Amino acid sequence: MEPHSREYRRAAEALLRERPEVRASVTAATTAFDEHRARAYGEIDADRWRSWAAGVKSHVLSHLDTYLEQAEASLRENGAVVHWAEDAEGAAEILRGIVERESVRRVVKGKSMLSEELGVNHVLEAVGVHVRETDLGEYIIQLLGEAPSHIVGPAIHRSLEDVRELFARELGTARDASPDALAAAARAALRDEFLTADMGITGGNFLVAETGTVALIENEGNIRLSTSTPRIHVALVGIEKLLPRLHDLAGFLQLTSRAATGQAVGNFVSLVQGPRRDGEPNGPEQVHVVLVDNGRTRALADDVAWEALRCVRCGACLNICPVYRQTGGHPYGWVYSGPIGAILAPSLLGLAEALPLPHASSLCGACTDVCPVRIPIPEILLAWRERAVAAGLVPATERSALKAYAAAAARPRVFGAAGAAFRATPARVRNALPLLRDWSAGRTPVEPSRKPFRALWQEGIE
Amino acid sequence: MRASLFVTCLGDQFFADAAADTVRLLRHLGVDVAFPEAQTCCGQPAFNSGHRNEARRMAHHMLDVFDDAEYVVAPSGSCAAMLHSGYASLLDGGDRERAGGLARRTFELSQFIVDVLGVRALGSGLEGRRIAYHHGCHALRELEVREQPLALLRAAGAELVPWEAAEECCGFGGLFAVKHAAVSVAMADRKLDTLPGASGVECVTSADGGCLLQLSSRARHRGLETPFRHLAHLLWEAARGAT
Repeated sequence: MEPHSREYRRAAEALLRERPEVRASVTAATTAFDEHRARAYGEIDADRWRSWAAGVKSHVLSHLDTYLEQAEASLRENGAVVHWAEDAEGAAEILRGIVERESVRRVVKGKSMLSEELGVNHVLEAVGVHVRETDLGEYIIQLLGEAPSHIVGPAIHRSLEDVRELFARELGTARDASPDALAAAARAALRDEFLTADMGITGGNFLVAETGTVALIENEGNIRLSTSTPRIHVALVGIEKLLPRLHDLAGFLQLTSRAATGQAVGNFVSLVQGPRRDGEPNGPEQVHVVLVDNGRTRALADDVAWEALRCVRCGACLNICPVYRQTGGHPYGWVYSGPIGAILAPSLLGLAEALPLPHASSLCGACTDVCPVRIPIPEILLAWRERAVAAGLVPATERSALKAYAAAAARPRVFGAAGAAFRATPARVRNALPLLRDWSAGRTPVEPSRKPFRALWQEGIE
Repeated sequence: MRASLFVTCLGDQFFADAAADTVRLLRHLGVDVAFPEAQTCCGQPAFNSGHRNEARRMAHHMLDVFDDAEYVVAPSGSCAAMLHSGYASLLDGGDRERAGGLARRTFELSQFIVDVLGVRALGSGLEGRRIAYHHGCHALRELEVREQPLALLRAAGAELVPWEAAEECCGFGGLFAVKHAAVSVAMADRKLDTLPGASGVECVTSADGGCLLQLSSRARHRGLETPFRHLAHLLWEAARGAT
């Protein structure tokens, strides 16, 4: 996906102004997700689970080389073909190779954020392959030609009304079709896609190094079909998705489901253990696992931001984020949005490309409270802001203003005089100053107290 | 007992009366209140926007100002949190140790009253008042101040009105409010839109002036008349009886 994160501020403003219905849809969906998450966390000792999960992930990341080699060996033993992709182009090359060798014409896809990151649909369509998203939300946005706006619910920015209109046009459903009728129409259309596809492409929630198991969580059954019906299954897995043992997987499947949707575990969990074996009635003839770096090694070498690689893509931080809730993911301009997107994007895209995102936060800290792997998101946001200053990426006016402010603050008399000067400035002039002008867009201008507290103190407080 | 008031920039310039009520309340509770006049800004605007050197400069100054304070009490959770958690991450060596010392002595007002003074009830001056409490993020998540202000308000007879978004950020966030003004305003709207209906709430209060400026300025712009009052006012009213 081509990033356009630099446009965050303008995109957010335009969306809030021109499409207020998006804010309503996103707020409703995320508050519901978060309520489910809170209830599901309440049923377990969530703090202990989260500490355990953070520990396992940190361990894997600190020994990633070892576990990757183990995973590769286990996958091969299971009969899977292992590919390594250093970047998006490398992944594209691998996919084009499989398509060409195996004469693949039709592809069905399970929801995969990594495939969005790599622009897989575009790559395949460019070589004449028909690609169909089979997750309902992904299907909707594919028909609309949009990018996902949420990690778990890619179409949460769309209302029921939007989907009715879309499906009436694309699938011939009634204008007032019920949600069930809409889902049935999508199911019928997708059934043919599954039965005629040569290849299924999915992501992978986890890859167990010990057993070479690719684990996938879902609710619709489309991933189960994508991994089992076509003759070839390709799983795109980020190198940070490793778990050491099958034993660890049990905990992660549950914790991720609770964090994402509030379920004890997703409706379907697929454990891909290689291609169909002799005597087995079904399953793919070939399983390919593409291990993707695409900036992750660089992120891992970062002494602060590496912790973001623990992420299990549950979306809990998006759901609770008061900033994300106002706009959904599109203004962030990249595949990962919300708090996790704001700390991952500078690692994976480079700070200059992602610059507004670490600032798109009030640093309220709600995200880190719900993160199942305890990523210290506010600390990492701050670190990116500090690096932006150190790299000279912030406006010169901000730098000089804060320098002057700090200099004044170290000299109480100057600081007091600055306060007095602020009060002495007529409100009309004051409110035309850059900061206060931006404040006053949508808010009444601020009015200082009649006298500063210092004056009250000197007069004596009765 | 002696406590130094950390009035904060917003307290000094925009909530001077609430700061004065803080002094009255603390004195009423038997605290000898000092006001070190060399105090300035905690440095959070610089810290939060990544200007670490500037923030450190301000932290050094404030460490000097409050070096010999027995306690530091602020009518603000956010600025208290900066002293409490921010300084240690900015400073090294001996300064970090001094910052740790300051952190242990620094409290938000309601936190100081309940946790340090051990006072659970101030008086009955808020009998029958229907109040909505906004939890400032830094008070809530960095200082873990949640029950202290609620308990004091309740003990004074106030009825705390349930508010779906009570613990959600108001959208202030210091410079965030102007850097991302449109999103910031939308966040304030979420707070205001979830407030119980016009007759349900008599006033909204919070321990943080920044949040109150944000919410009240947006409310006025929209023509809403709900009063927004600093927690220090209400706690002083609780102690001395209704005005």
